[in-house]
Amino acid sequence: MQAMVIVTSGTNCDLELAQAFEDAGASCQTVQLHSILDAPEALDGAELVGLPGGFAYGDAVAAGRIKAALMRERVVPVLSRLLDRGVPMIAPCNGFQTAVQCGLLPGPAPSRPEVALAPNVSGRFEDRWTGVDFPDSRCIWTKDLAAEDGHELPSAHGEGRFVASAETVSGLVDDRQVAVRYQDNFNGSDDAIAGICDPTGLLLGLMPHPERWTRHSQHPSWTRRPASTTTTGQRMFRAAVEHAQAALR
Amino acid sequence: MPACPFRAELMPLSLGLQALPQILIGHGFPGRVAPTVLDPPVHPFIQTLNHVFAVGDQAHVGRFRQGFQPFRRRCKLHTLVGGRSVGSAGFLLTFPFQTHPSPASRAWVSRTSTIGVQKHFLHGVSSVRRAKNLFDFVGFWLLPGAPMPQVHRVEVRSLQPDQDPRARHVRSEAQALGLPVPEYVEVASVYLLEGDLDQPAIDRLIEDLLCDPVTETAVVGIAPVAGTVIEVHPRPGVTDPEAEAVEFAAHRLLGSSPNVRTGTRYDFASHEPAAAADLARRALANEVIQEVHAAPHHPEAFRVAPAREFEVREVALIGLDDAALMQLSREAHLFLSLEEMREIRDRYQKLGRNPREIELETLAQTWSEHCVHKTLKSRVRYEGEMPSGEREGVTQNEDGSHTIDNLLANLVAAPTNRMISEGADWLLSVFVDNSGVVAFDDEHAVCFKVETHNHPSAIEPYGGAATGIGGCIRDVIGTGLGAKPIAATDVFCVADPDLTDVPSGCLPPRRILQQVVAGVRDYGNRMGIPTLNGGVWFDDRHVGNPLVFCGVVGVMPRAFVHGDPKPGDRIIAVGGRTGRDGIHGATFSSAELSDTHADEFSHAVQIGNPIVEKKFLDALLEARDHDAGCLFRAMTDCGAGGFSSAIGEMGEELGAEVQLERAPLKYDGLTPTEIWISEAQERMVLAVPEDNIEAFAEICTRHDVEWCDLGVFGTPDRELILRHHDVEVGRLPMSFLHDGIPRLEREATFATPPVSPTLGHEPDAADLLSGLVGHPNLASKHWIIRQYDHEVQGGSVIKPLVGPHADGPGNAAVVRPVPGSERGLAIANGLATAWCADPYRMGLAAIDECVRNLVCTGADPERIAILDNFCWPGCDDEVRMGELVRASLACYDGATAYGAPFISGKDSLNNQFRTEEGDVIRIPPTLLISGFAPVEAERLVTSMDAKSAGNVLLLVGTTATDLGGAHVTELAGGILPGGTGEIPLLDLQAGPANAKAVARAIRTGSVCSAHDLSEGGLLVAAAEMGFAGRLGIELELDAVPGDSRNPMVTAFAETPCRYLLEVAPEHVDAVVAVLADVPHAVVGRVHEDGVLRVSALGLEVSLDALRQRWLAPLDW
Repeated sequence: MQAMVIVTSGTNCDLELAQAFEDAGASCQTVQLHSILDAPEALDGAELVGLPGGFAYGDAVAAGRIKAALMRERVVPVLSRLLDRGVPMIAPCNGFQTAVQCGLLPGPAPSRPEVALAPNVSGRFEDRWTGVDFPDSRCIWTKDLAAEDGHELPSAHGEGRFVASAETVSGLVDDRQVAVRYQDNFNGSDDAIAGICDPTGLLLGLMPHPERWTRHSQHPSWTRRPASTTTTGQRMFRAAVEHAQAALR
Repeated sequence: MPACPFRAELMPLSLGLQALPQILIGHGFPGRVAPTVLDPPVHPFIQTLNHVFAVGDQAHVGRFRQGFQPFRRRCKLHTLVGGRSVGSAGFLLTFPFQTHPSPASRAWVSRTSTIGVQKHFLHGVSSVRRAKNLFDFVGFWLLPGAPMPQVHRVEVRSLQPDQDPRARHVRSEAQALGLPVPEYVEVASVYLLEGDLDQPAIDRLIEDLLCDPVTETAVVGIAPVAGTVIEVHPRPGVTDPEAEAVEFAAHRLLGSSPNVRTGTRYDFASHEPAAAADLARRALANEVIQEVHAAPHHPEAFRVAPAREFEVREVALIGLDDAALMQLSREAHLFLSLEEMREIRDRYQKLGRNPREIELETLAQTWSEHCVHKTLKSRVRYEGEMPSGEREGVTQNEDGSHTIDNLLANLVAAPTNRMISEGADWLLSVFVDNSGVVAFDDEHAVCFKVETHNHPSAIEPYGGAATGIGGCIRDVIGTGLGAKPIAATDVFCVADPDLTDVPSGCLPPRRILQQVVAGVRDYGNRMGIPTLNGGVWFDDRHVGNPLVFCGVVGVMPRAFVHGDPKPGDRIIAVGGRTGRDGIHGATFSSAELSDTHADEFSHAVQIGNPIVEKKFLDALLEARDHDAGCLFRAMTDCGAGGFSSAIGEMGEELGAEVQLERAPLKYDGLTPTEIWISEAQERMVLAVPEDNIEAFAEICTRHDVEWCDLGVFGTPDRELILRHHDVEVGRLPMSFLHDGIPRLEREATFATPPVSPTLGHEPDAADLLSGLVGHPNLASKHWIIRQYDHEVQGGSVIKPLVGPHADGPGNAAVVRPVPGSERGLAIANGLATAWCADPYRMGLAAIDECVRNLVCTGADPERIAILDNFCWPGCDDEVRMGELVRASLACYDGATAYGAPFISGKDSLNNQFRTEEGDVIRIPPTLLISGFAPVEAERLVTSMDAKSAGNVLLLVGTTATDLGGAHVTELAGGILPGGTGEIPLLDLQAGPANAKAVARAIRTGSVCSAHDLSEGGLLVAAAEMGFAGRLGIELELDAVPGDSRNPMVTAFAETPCRYLLEVAPEHVDAVVAVLADVPHAVVGRVHEDGVLRVSALGLEVSLDALRQRWLAPLDW
């Protein structure tokens, strides 16, 4: 399966994301956003897509804002077509911030932003692991994890507080688009929402970084835990690669 | 003046444009703009001029694209059909010229005489100054139909302002500074957009770029003012990365390119203007780089940088006497000593000419303390106690004093050089490059650099710290042929954050710490480098001189460890543009600070733009790993001294010829000297073979990285030749630049410090323990640590906070440098400033602390490499020099004893502050030891949190009764009964023996947790292990090896070389067996109940309560 990770100035979690795709059995190619803006068809061959974390364009104005503005016209339609074709996509952290602002999430695109990722309630960047729940949802990335307890993921962001109107939040809940919730809602998100998926369930946007937990020794207290065979992050990427294999082949 | 050759000729041309030039005023001719030749009859039209034009041929246009960046995005290119009249002309370029279209300026224009009009034009002239050298003709014209550029203002504020964290921050800062807390604050982002934007364009920018429709609302212009308004805007010329990003995005979205400035508006509902302004100045703005406005700021036009006339200035030096030499050194900010000024004078006397300004500046930069460490390289006569032992280069004089030929070579570097000569082939590149490089595995090398950015951080902590880490990252990138940064460390020394009454010219320490952390955070996080280890030291003597140590570790293939330029290689500059910022940083850091320094040296302070650095990092690694082999032969960063140091160092053996006008500039009007010494951030210099330029350029273009060709390495006589266009502005032999500096000779003395008095009573152990864990030096730094991304790159194995709830203070950080390889790298720091009364003991303790931290996490003690960072209050007298000698002796003895060689280092030797009243506040002498070492396999990695009830605690090392400099002594106000006032002296045999024994113990696989005993001693270390693991600890102090008879002394002594290991009962015998040759004992047990029990002290305290106490002081 061919995964494509879209990078731009200020992207810095692309290597981990590519590694996670590769560990799950995909091959991964990194493509520059500005080359896609010139030739959006470069994405046509993608069977999995990653919108990585980082600080695109320095997160000037707001996190992900400039990247979203650049993507809206020419890249979002291509990604929508890929979703129609059944291509799984993941957008952790800065990717999530970008996806909600360019209308990919909650989707379907095109649309104006309906949800926002505002500054954390603490007003500063925070790096911490938290327990997460995976509610029953449409999301193909988390469907195998939904019934289980005890999952954790790392987060590291300054602007991750999920904000939306009460109607939007209840709409997302009713449509089973809420895919990840914090157990410790450290950034003050509405309904403790950490991640949502689009109506197809293929595109998962989330503030935590599943690509940063694909190896036992990445867990902050791994020295006191039994070596586990697979991590939460690994399982998410494997689920997506398997889904793509089934859907696209 | 030549007659206008242009006006008459261009008009009849058929331009193939609808927009014909209707009016031309001012005109040009090759190499010179002549705006002063105006036709008086046309001047009333000046107000309608809106464009600059330039005429040139294909070659001009090429050069324009390459070097004339500022206007590239805004320029339009038209093809001239004719061209006979202007010789080779084939193209017409136009770009907007900012006039002042407001009624006020119109009135001003019509009032003024022709001369006044000419002055008005000088704003525009600065835009044209660079064009004049690129084009045949340059002038001003009117492009009919084009809207007049003007400044539009957009305000964006939260829809729920009461929930805006920025507003809460304003209130909490007011409270912390003891100022009246505003009842209600609203914060808005302000964007000022200068350019020809129509309403739809502004609406589009708001909708797509500036405002989030879910959470924010925007106003064009000025939102109504109800209460008091304060606005904070960056001063003109200060780097504003956000504005640059908005300019970029606006260009992509609209095609047009406004100039952008950003600001912040604060609305206070019921706060007096004076109180609001006071709060703004003390907590919201730094007037060194920002302006505080008492009303919404909406200028008619942006101010532009003043242009300076180009001239080759000679400095009258020949014949100056000593007094005049020193006056020149001070007034021109050269900060050279009398000997150095004399050397330069005599040199030029022989040449028979005076130095040109740029030559003198080059010498000052290259000879600065910052660049050549001349104090540490000086020959010193030392009077005072000399620790026993033979040291080459140290000789005893007849009067009993000692002479050390070269502190750096004979004491700091000597153990390294001896190890290399004895076959330590893992030391790949030491002391010579931008960082020290050691072997990591068969294919990879790792490098480490730590340096300070103290003086800029004192004046502007955010920018100072950010550019500090930014520069350190560049040092690692610029090591050999390029390393990839994989981890960062930071250590700060500041005054008590509760101190609000600070001397004039100092910032409040809390604000300094907050801003320094924010600077490291914003730069490191944006670069995608995990910040994994660090510390904070509090001492009120840092009130005027905070210390900001930034460290960066990199990894590189071993094939790329060395680089050397060859004659004929092009000098390629990469990255950010050159501006007037940061001029004199190298010399500034070599001077004492005073209360007026903030004003005098504000230009030495800068703001960084990490995204520029991230882009060239990606591009340079790609160029390094090119299929055809590395595309460049050498690389270094532009740090202190800018191009002058970078090119001067790279061309030391070859000479270099530099064309200064080719450097892309942030704005026009810089003199060649300013271009040469500017320390503008985010720039690298490379030596690229001519044949590789094309491939290199392609990579840069793909990564959106700017580059330019500044000239060539290699001159016949090994000279540095500086040109600006065709004019030679400077010429210096490389030999004089690098070898001409006179050696200093210094006197040094040291007197054994007095001993603290012993207490007449025994304080309460529980109070002391609680006080210790809540002491700011020991307390949790989670507020800082969590602001740094310590997960990015996915390589961190031991993070700074450990334990099941990630709230235990980890020893060293461990990272995996090579993806896919289990081999780890431990990174740690050691600092023992509390023992600075004897810098020899302090230095040894710092080395031991660094080693202990590394060994505890599983590192190999045989492969530790360390770095020195000396921060001294000054070296102007014998006592300070004596302290420096003592610390250097510690470096020699410590590195020798541990077999842990120094591989890189740095010094900052003028950290004293002169107050308005003339008092001098000197920092304590500070020696930071940073180190790293491989951890052979992941199974060896050990954390400090206690793991299981029932396990046994083994103490390694002897506990002594010396309490001088111990935290318990500070807290109790004297020496505990049974203790001595001596500062602990490291046992040079026991230290390395204990470290190796602990490493052997960890290798058995039976050590569940390991923690070193440092500040606070045994009881604090045990408490930390307990609460980090959410378990209880029982200690039996009687079992502790050593001669202490008082359990209080045993509990709180800070004797170095000690470790606490947690071992399962069934493995104790196996572990004890490998500890046989060092002092050790079972001193306690781990329990389930979360209580710390010490029967000898009658102590039984809740570890959870201690943890809360430990978390509280810095939980901002």
